[in-house]
Amino acid sequence: MILIYIAASLLISGILFFNKVTIVRKILVLLFLLMQIIFTAYEFTHKGLTEFNFFKADALAILMLITLTIISIPALLHSYDYIYKEQDNRRARSIYYVAMIMLIMALSAAYLSSHIAVTWIFVELTTLSASALIFHRRNAGSIEATWKYIFVCSISLVFVFIGILFLSLALGDTNQETLHYETLIELAPNLNQFWLRLSFIFIFTGFTAKLGLVPMYTAGIDAKDKAPTPAAALFSSVLMNVGFVGVFRFYEIISHNPLHQWANHVIMISAFLSIFIATVYMLKVKNIKRMLAYSSIEHMGVIMLGLAAGGIGYYAAILHIILHSFAKSALFFQIGHIYKTYKTKNTYYIGNYFKYNISGAIFMLIAFICVTGMPPSGLFISEFYIFKALFQANYLYLLIPLLILLTFIFWALGRNFLKILFTPPVDFDESCIEKVNSYETLSQYILMGLVIYLGLNPPVFFNDLIQEAIKNLI
Amino acid sequence: MINILLIVFTMSLLFFAIGNRLMTYVKILALQGVLLFGIAFYGLIESNLATLIIILLETIIVKAIAIPLFLRYVIIKNNITREAEPYLPNFVSLIIVTLIIAATFMVSNVIHDIHNHKIYFVVALSALFSGLYFMSTRKKIITHVICYVLIENGVFILSLAVGKEMPMLVNLGVLFDVFVSVFLLGIFINKVGDVLQDTDVSQLSNLKD
Repeated sequence: MILIYIAASLLISGILFFNKVTIVRKILVLLFLLMQIIFTAYEFTHKGLTEFNFFKADALAILMLITLTIISIPALLHSYDYIYKEQDNRRARSIYYVAMIMLIMALSAAYLSSHIAVTWIFVELTTLSASALIFHRRNAGSIEATWKYIFVCSISLVFVFIGILFLSLALGDTNQETLHYETLIELAPNLNQFWLRLSFIFIFTGFTAKLGLVPMYTAGIDAKDKAPTPAAALFSSVLMNVGFVGVFRFYEIISHNPLHQWANHVIMISAFLSIFIATVYMLKVKNIKRMLAYSSIEHMGVIMLGLAAGGIGYYAAILHIILHSFAKSALFFQIGHIYKTYKTKNTYYIGNYFKYNISGAIFMLIAFICVTGMPPSGLFISEFYIFKALFQANYLYLLIPLLILLTFIFWALGRNFLKILFTPPVDFDESCIEKVNSYETLSQYILMGLVIYLGLNPPVFFNDLIQEAIKNLI
Repeated sequence: MINILLIVFTMSLLFFAIGNRLMTYVKILALQGVLLFGIAFYGLIESNLATLIIILLETIIVKAIAIPLFLRYVIIKNNITREAEPYLPNFVSLIIVTLIIAATFMVSNVIHDIHNHKIYFVVALSALFSGLYFMSTRKKIITHVICYVLIENGVFILSLAVGKEMPMLVNLGVLFDVFVSVFLLGIFINKVGDVLQDTDVSQLSNLKD
């Protein structure tokens, strides 16, 4: 099935690239969406199935795949409305759709792959398709963002590759030659610690470019700022998840090795620094998209702290990353509407949103509550569990500064969100305002509803999948 | 023989440090491609034929011919000036690269478990770190691409060191990486030239907080 899926995606993108007729393009995009849904359903019903030796539908992959499919539906469907009318150049548009489809395909394959080198290849593919999306507007800003993104990600992936080479050295005397995750987990206690340590450092550093942690987080910020909003919604949710999957699968290996505690400390340092940097920038930035990008960094830091704390933190980390994907992508879709209304991303010139777009403004209010982790948001539940895990693991000295930083972030987000909603904007000309169709907000409400529902009352199958995803961790 | 080739490769890094022109850099990359061909040939002569042929073709065609020619084409087409414009004088670069080589040499002497691949390890790591150093001290965007290829060459040597045990897939990975990144970056530079007048990194520092 996965081979059919990859081949069909490539075929559809090939036709899209040369196609010039609008109706054919719409049909092809819908066809791809349909295939994505069928593929997800197939993998969901065939849990544990290994295909083509390199792909396995395990619980984590299925969870991430479902998240991806749910987010990709509005992302692809809304793309028609978000792309600017004045820049509606046919060439740019077909490249945009091809890149979108390639990105979704590469992400699905990267989630499902059960071999570390195969994951690497598909993560590399996500870099390429993502850079085509960032380049969409073809102005000086997007060129700079694309350049930085390609560059930082390529260097990071070279780091991952070096890490894989070191990992094969760590296998050393075990006489095993495959790098399948399952084999590696079995062999983990006997791996050479020196090489495993080096390998972890390189692979972790490499994947932070996708995951959005210190040290390689910088490229992602510019990318989310300059990409068209549907693409930015994917970047800030499912593309970050692919980094998480990469780190998580390696973490599973190292958790069976005596180096487990050391790896926890490395992750904690990186995660805490990320939250600190996110706080500092969020107090300062005026660009709403960049502010949300920094907020994603903060959430990723919280997730990784949960992973490092262990215990209930494992469960909470997975729950948090899924809920965060829904919340952040919905917010990015809404930013698209705000940009359409005000033609700017600077909070200084945005305000009184209630007056211009009521459904969007109510959504922004709900989103503010959800994304900062206030009840009834599901993110409240997962953050609460993560704090509890940190407390139980005796990381009080980490928990207290973390809570202080999160308070600052709460304040920074609140100041900007409430300003957007209630304070009148500076120099805003109401006459040429472009009305936003309110049914376009529907998808955002559904996504945000999922955030609340899955947190408060997780369905049994969802809970089971999360429990199964973390069963390999000690 | 392998050792001689590896040492020549390390010397090419020193030569890179004092090179002044972009074309010199491109020629060094071509030379490194040929050296990698030799290293791969002697290193993998006992492994199976298909792997050997693919890797040899990759080094000679992609690394020694296609990439240098492509970079040359990009430089000429965009009228990029010939000077490399480093931020630091060449003499300082030479000293720093020497220090990097000495440091990796000492580091790898500390490691005991190295599977008799010590020299590979030294050369690969010095290529990696000097590549990162060159990248941060050269002004033009195109030199960043050149340095990226340099780093990839280092990684290739590292993968040869473990190549006997590694599956085919990973070697294909190197090929894929180099191919895609360089061509994408090259095409991209052509586009940068259309929008920005000068392909200089200083133009790319507007996005910040």
